[in-house]
Amino acid sequence: MSTATEAIRIIPKSPGANDEGQWLEVSMGPQHPSTHGVFRMDVVLDGERIVKLKPVFGYLHRNHEKIAENESYLGSMPYTDRLDYFCSLTNNWAYALAVEKLAGIQVPERAEYIRIITAELTRFQNHACLIGFLTQDMGASGTPLMYAFREREKILDLFESLTGARMMCNYMRFGGCRVDLPAGWIEQARAAVASFPRFLDEFEQLLASNEILMARTQGVGVLSKEFAVNAGVSGPVLRASGVNYDVRKADKYGIYDRFAFKIPLGEHGDTYDRYMVRLLEMRESLKILELALRDIPAGPIVDPKTKIRGFRPKPGEAYAHIEAPKGDLGFYLISDGSSNPYRYRVRPPSLVNLTVLEELCIGHNVADVVVILGSIDIVMGEVDR
Amino acid sequence: MFGEGILKGLAETARNFFGSYVSKDRLTTVQFPEQRLPQIEAARNFPFLVYDGEDWQQGMRCVSCFICEKECPPKCIFIEKSTDKKPDAVGKPQFYPKVFNIDVSVCMSCQICVEVCPFDAIKMDVAFEHSTNNRFAGLLWDKKELAKPNEYYRQIHPIEAAAVDAALAEERAKVAAKAKAAADAKAAAIAAAAASTSVEVATEK
Amino acid sequence: MTLETIESEIEANVPGCVLEIVSNPSPSGQHSLRIDPAHAVAIATFLRDAEPLRLDYCSNVTGVDWPGKEISEKVKIKKLVDGVEQEVEEVRKTQTLGHLEVVYHLYSMEKKHGPVILRMSTEDRADRVHLPSLTPVWRSAEFQEREIFDLYGVIFDGHPDLRRILMWDGFQDHPMRRDYVEPDDFEYEPTPHDEVLERARQHRTIMGVQ
Repeated sequence: MSTATEAIRIIPKSPGANDEGQWLEVSMGPQHPSTHGVFRMDVVLDGERIVKLKPVFGYLHRNHEKIAENESYLGSMPYTDRLDYFCSLTNNWAYALAVEKLAGIQVPERAEYIRIITAELTRFQNHACLIGFLTQDMGASGTPLMYAFREREKILDLFESLTGARMMCNYMRFGGCRVDLPAGWIEQARAAVASFPRFLDEFEQLLASNEILMARTQGVGVLSKEFAVNAGVSGPVLRASGVNYDVRKADKYGIYDRFAFKIPLGEHGDTYDRYMVRLLEMRESLKILELALRDIPAGPIVDPKTKIRGFRPKPGEAYAHIEAPKGDLGFYLISDGSSNPYRYRVRPPSLVNLTVLEELCIGHNVADVVVILGSIDIVMGEVDR
Repeated sequence: MFGEGILKGLAETARNFFGSYVSKDRLTTVQFPEQRLPQIEAARNFPFLVYDGEDWQQGMRCVSCFICEKECPPKCIFIEKSTDKKPDAVGKPQFYPKVFNIDVSVCMSCQICVEVCPFDAIKMDVAFEHSTNNRFAGLLWDKKELAKPNEYYRQIHPIEAAAVDAALAEERAKVAAKAKAAADAKAAAIAAAAASTSVEVATEK
Repeated sequence: MTLETIESEIEANVPGCVLEIVSNPSPSGQHSLRIDPAHAVAIATFLRDAEPLRLDYCSNVTGVDWPGKEISEKVKIKKLVDGVEQEVEEVRKTQTLGHLEVVYHLYSMEKKHGPVILRMSTEDRADRVHLPSLTPVWRSAEFQEREIFDLYGVIFDGHPDLRRILMWDGFQDHPMRRDYVEPDDFEYEPTPHDEVLERARQHRTIMGVQ
């Protein structure tokens, strides 16, 4: 994080070339509604065109990893909620998975189903809201966003009745989940899931052929396949560039291998494809949800052998990653046999996806930066940790 | 088609407006202070200490074992142990907290203290209107402010409380049975001792 | 493909490299490969491009701090005691230097396998903290290596833009190191614990308040 001195600065294009005109260095953010949090970009402009763009992080840095090194294994669980605060349940899952790998814990069948249901609901609400934010960044003053929030409300109600909190769920535990589904939850979830296809049709009808959306997104911020792979981009941004890589299929963590679903792929890798991939992914999530809500078995929700108090895994290390809504979310843990992790590392998908931001933006207008950044889908809680 | 989208949007608004007279589902706004949504069983806000019976000091379940203080992720619990003992929820003599403070400005409502407590002494409250004009003292709750009766717990988390009550009743019955057995054994021993002495006395005579 | 075959593949294709398999005793069974910094870029390029592996996706890059330990060992030495040579046991204490370690988790998007874990260590924790950057091989390492430079103080040679990323430019120390001392900024806290309590006491006496 570099300290901002001036918000706007005029700089010469090259030393001694003043007559050709000047570049303008603009500090975009950190208090800017389009940057989705406290995020800054040092942008160098040639007129309205982007010449250079340097992302600046650290405004929300609280050294989550250091805090976790001084916390018991269980004590870090509520902190993971606060990484990507839109998707606390997938964060919980990734961390629980890493600890389960580290200590060799088995998860009962019912807990696996609950994990899949909550993770896919999280993915659905994240993508719906992201599309809402993206259109708002383009000037569609709130209508798609409000539609998305209306549906998200149903999902948050489900989360609240299950976990007691709407966003900071703190629900997964090592070897299962914290509490069992309350009575009537599955019926409520089925009703919500059954109502989503109608919402998606409406959403698609509203946006997919919208002229402004197409003009603002098609051909904007094109990310090539090779560069996306090399830059470690993951999640919908990667798949919009046509790379078939989804951790749910590649790693088959949990019980994802039991569900038939497709991975939507983009063709051009532009902002429109990133939007479309998310829309299609929501439909695939609904397929998984329908199957999981139909097949969920009865049984225990947590491995009874796992200790709540005094949990000390044997020395060693483990890395586990999952397909979070934002991308490939990984947790790397080193245990030295004590009750705290020796090393606790989060592999944040939002941060790594920002690697490509400069390349995507160069040559476009300032207004397009807002749209491109919106389509990458970042949450600063995770970027800065 | 120009204007089609606007008409569609207006139709949706009109449907919601007139529909709100007919269907309760379309009337989503809750007039908050007057109206409230029904409580959810799993809801959680800040922790409180459960006590049994009438006297909050006598019936407090907490035995000041420091587990919640150690496990609390943001370290917002502060406990000082008593020097004497009093009977706990199941009747065993135990220490009790001389000081039990929770700084709710630091608490993040994660419920880990509830999960790790082996004595069912700390539970999550659902009350949320706690604004105060003092940032420090007003948000540092002591033992008296935290103590709430078991009836209140039953009221806010009925299903969970029923399970806890059943487990505690079983535990109490076990302790009582053990105490009774011990008392019986003691009485029997005394009786036996008395009998043997009387026999000795008799033989002496 | 096991780690042993990967090791022999690399040894056959990158001449002169020094590899070591670091076994992981935990149930996860994720063993790793320690590579020597001098050949790191060649090894990384080989792993990325060579056909059987094609580890084109560098997922996670992270630092680990291993501070120096004091090792006390009993040594038997011969000494002249009262003119007679005797064996005397003596406890000798040595301070190890410690090192910083960088761990790379590699996957293949094309072949969908992984992780292959690479580790590199610096020589110590003070001055000899240079390691080659793998950003030219995998661009995804760029921000994560910057983060390691910021939080651990490993200097990556060949990194295109090695600046602090999370802390501000004027910041001095590396906060993720295990011996990092927090700045002594005291803030009133109603429920002070252990070291905070101690600090609060010190500040109160300095300020003249009980």
